[in-house]
Amino acid sequence: MNKVHMDFPILKRLVKAGKHLIYLDSAATSQKPLVVIDAMDAYYKEMNANIHRGVHALAEEATQAYESARMRIGDFIGVKDPREIIFTKNTTESINLVAKTWARQALGKDDLIILTPMEHHSNLVPWQILAAEKDLELDFIDLTPDGLLDLNCYERLLERKPKLVAFTHMSNVLGTINPVKEMISMAHQAGSVTLLDAAQSVPHMSVNMKELDVDFAAFSAHKMCGPTGIGILYGKAELLSGMPVFLGGGDMIKKVALRSFQPNDLPHKFEAGTPPIAEAIGFGVAVDYLSGIGMDQIAAYERELTAYAIERLEEVPGVTVYGPKVEDRGGLVSFTLEGIHPHDVAQILDGEGIAIRAGHHCAMPLHQNLGITASSRASFYLYNTRADVDALVDGLYKVNKVFH
Amino acid sequence: MDDLYREIIVDRYKNPRFKGTIQGGNVNFEDENPLCGDQIRIDLKVDEFGTIVEAAYDGHGCAISQASADLLLESVIGKNVEIVKKMTKQDILDMLGIELGPVRLKCALLPLKVIKAGIYGLKAADDSLVDD
Repeated sequence: MNKVHMDFPILKRLVKAGKHLIYLDSAATSQKPLVVIDAMDAYYKEMNANIHRGVHALAEEATQAYESARMRIGDFIGVKDPREIIFTKNTTESINLVAKTWARQALGKDDLIILTPMEHHSNLVPWQILAAEKDLELDFIDLTPDGLLDLNCYERLLERKPKLVAFTHMSNVLGTINPVKEMISMAHQAGSVTLLDAAQSVPHMSVNMKELDVDFAAFSAHKMCGPTGIGILYGKAELLSGMPVFLGGGDMIKKVALRSFQPNDLPHKFEAGTPPIAEAIGFGVAVDYLSGIGMDQIAAYERELTAYAIERLEEVPGVTVYGPKVEDRGGLVSFTLEGIHPHDVAQILDGEGIAIRAGHHCAMPLHQNLGITASSRASFYLYNTRADVDALVDGLYKVNKVFH
Repeated sequence: MDDLYREIIVDRYKNPRFKGTIQGGNVNFEDENPLCGDQIRIDLKVDEFGTIVEAAYDGHGCAISQASADLLLESVIGKNVEIVKKMTKQDILDMLGIELGPVRLKCALLPLKVIKAGIYGLKAADDSLVDD
């Protein structure tokens, strides 16, 4: 793992005042290894064509490359059936797709959806929109003081027979890794359909959708060494087949007449229009790259780095670290520095070449729950090192110095 | 970087002169920067000639937005509201004495946006209020 950073060209660049970039914002988007960038470049240089139609050589090669990427991404999450792997724009679009097709059809007045207060806005707002449209009820699993989901509360909520339970695998603010296998099984016993926001988990640990037995799951390529503009909706084939179509247009149809159409088979039924082909190919190479290193190795490495980061951050006067103990969390740490706004913290660190995130991280309700308006977040990936953590801590001492 | 946190900005953030409330304010407005949760409320007491005789702000946010509010209020007291309507982005940057990227510019300009929205009696503040 100690040479991995050399695979990422951007990490060689200098930023402010000739300082080396120290990138601690991978929970927002990860950097890309050269193999991914090269694969997308090669597609445009050698293979560029539209897929699923032309019979010429380029169209065949592009179609094959696109569908091969689908198979490999499926394999990466334990899914063998390519009908269950839908290419979308990102996690947000994947969740919206489920909200606007399956949920709009299956849920009606006074039906209940269970969510958590640690959801990213992308797994909250689509349900608020649907709830307003269909007169649904939303309810939320309580958080424990150390930032875990209260499973007793969850059990009580399930007695009300929710139609859908949707939750994140890993909080993008607290870092909490939720006990999703158990939660999915509990939901199924209550007769509920489950949706997993896996945007923060699939990039960082081995996740097998079949072992989890989840009904829907969503994640994005750009958080896992792949390009922006492409994500996945995983869904069980029996659910996807029964769902109404999402966007209408080319590729999602089998037959079209002037006043009617017949939808295409899975997965194409949900992929209207020319998809991001180069991005799908890049995404396929990204999962190959991660598999080559090993997801278990990546998870263990990040856990060790996170433990080190928490230990070092707690040395800094005025620092409050949020979230559970390291055994229950993934590779990120949110914190505040007493008397100093997170934006000022991030700005001063930026002057040192250190990139962190400051703000509400698209989780305003969770910040209200913590009693703060914003926080600073350092998030790690396979290319980060202990030296990056040391630089962060040195930077925070400097922040304190500017303000005191 | 250190230029951004000039002494005047850190000092105004830590020891604001115009933070609080005033009695008998007749112009007030409140807005926030949804990006970072910075929030500013400005109260003005304007006399019958349109002169700002008293001013205060309240809220929370980063050093840039809070210092900008404090410096802005200091500069507007005794001025006519018509002059404040004509204030621009550059006036704020001159007061702060720094250059800012597009993200932090929003923090710096929030107080000007709020005071103008209040003076114009608007229901909602709009970025066009502080566009040059």
